[in-house]
Amino acid sequence: MNLHTISALVLRYLFLYTRTPMRMVELVFWPVVDLVVWGNVTVFIQKNTNPEFGSYVLFFLGGMILWDIMFRAQQGVAISFLEDVWTRNLLNVFVAPVRTIEYVSATFIVGLLRIAVTAVVLSLISWFGYSFNVFQLSWWLIPFFLNLMLFGWSLGMISTALILRWGQAAESLAWAIPFFFQPVVAVFYNVDDMPAWSQPIAWCFPPTYIFEGMREVMKTGGMHWSYLWYSAALNMVFMVLAGWLFLWILNQTRKRGLLTKFATQ
Amino acid sequence: MPNDSREIILEARELTREFDGVKALDRFSFQLHRGEVLGLLGANGAGKTTAMNCLLGLTLPTGGDLFAFGLPLHQHRIAILQRANFSSAYTALPGNLLVGQNLLVFAKIYGVRNPKQKIAELMELLEISHLANRVTGQLSAGESTRVNLVKAFLNDPELLMLDEPTASLDPDIADKVRKVVRKVQRERNIGILYTSHNMRDIEEVCDRVIFLHKGKIVCEGTPTELLARSSTNSLEEVFIQIARDGEIIDEPEKESQP
Repeated sequence: MNLHTISALVLRYLFLYTRTPMRMVELVFWPVVDLVVWGNVTVFIQKNTNPEFGSYVLFFLGGMILWDIMFRAQQGVAISFLEDVWTRNLLNVFVAPVRTIEYVSATFIVGLLRIAVTAVVLSLISWFGYSFNVFQLSWWLIPFFLNLMLFGWSLGMISTALILRWGQAAESLAWAIPFFFQPVVAVFYNVDDMPAWSQPIAWCFPPTYIFEGMREVMKTGGMHWSYLWYSAALNMVFMVLAGWLFLWILNQTRKRGLLTKFATQ
Repeated sequence: MPNDSREIILEARELTREFDGVKALDRFSFQLHRGEVLGLLGANGAGKTTAMNCLLGLTLPTGGDLFAFGLPLHQHRIAILQRANFSSAYTALPGNLLVGQNLLVFAKIYGVRNPKQKIAELMELLEISHLANRVTGQLSAGESTRVNLVKAFLNDPELLMLDEPTASLDPDIADKVRKVVRKVQRERNIGILYTSHNMRDIEEVCDRVIFLHKGKIVCEGTPTELLARSSTNSLEEVFIQIARDGEIIDEPEKESQP
């Protein structure tokens, strides 16, 4: 793996984001809209219910911010790939000495940078606007962020693989795929409150442990370590499976001669 | 084909590529030598693009072998691509970046030393120094082609694949592009695989030509040899003859000669 190649690819995305202010707006606009809506709902519920329940609804804000971390990581991978498709640059990249792992690593780094921007903006707005300090999660934030980022990267690779297979017609999957998982990973409610049949499904996905852990930390100041281990272990499984799927579909795309279609679409 | 003692830098052996039972390439074999410009010609659907895509590793062949610099292409793809480059009229550098930014990214991907100096030299050679701070997507076809050529020359390739580099260019710009390609090719002894529908390109740039028809080689030789064999007066007419009949109709008098 060549670090110069990865840094060159990351540089390309940085040029793109600094050259196109609309990309920055997209990076900040939707998370802020989400936060403001959930923040206002939280304030409304806090004012109109008893104080004990009012403190629970802060879970919404915590869930929303952490969800956005995962979503931005997934977008970093999938949208970076789509940028190459939209600009008809994919062929230039695939005929350059760029290994698949270097290309994917660059998109991971872009995902990380997107997370950094989103996290800073959301943390500031939630603190100043709604008195919600994301740092009340203290050092637990680090494994929470890492695990959600890993799952976001896995989803990003799956999204990219599906776009490779079905072409630009499938590009809406880049936005939709995380939302297939949202109902079952207990972002805004406890797993115990989900229908019984869906609870075993929820525990199959790493984010479920993180969102459950977040609520526990906000309630008690600590959480079961097992949540982190399960989440990390499942993330490894998802990363391997997503990586395998991506490579398999890329190879199939080459075999079937579909890769060149991305240059002319 | 005359013996050529120069190093073979690209070789296809019995290259075959089928799509749903249809052979886009049918046991296609050729060799490209160092310092040689080989034209790959044929009508639309003849198999040129499929051949180019197989050579670039974008499409996997269903049969046959490919070698570059003596190495099997599939197993040594990255090492080979480090020494090669590609430019096509049908691909573009990202339109939303500045020309200089795009070229800098590719210079870094190819690990070019002193990338800014290299880019400046090549842009001067192609007479496009003034475009460095222009948005790539706003360039004219001629400017865009020359920017793509700068990208293609960035890593001082030993092997260059040019896919219709003069497509959609006006005669003046096309002439400039041909001259620059030939100049750089001679100075650096590059082996070039060149596809084009412009027979002027072929006559001026190519040392040797392969005509493809339905995925098979129907004739090959220098442009002069092909003209001499044909009953026509121009390479363009040879092209039309092959596209329609699948072969060169030999000139009767020449056939009777010993």
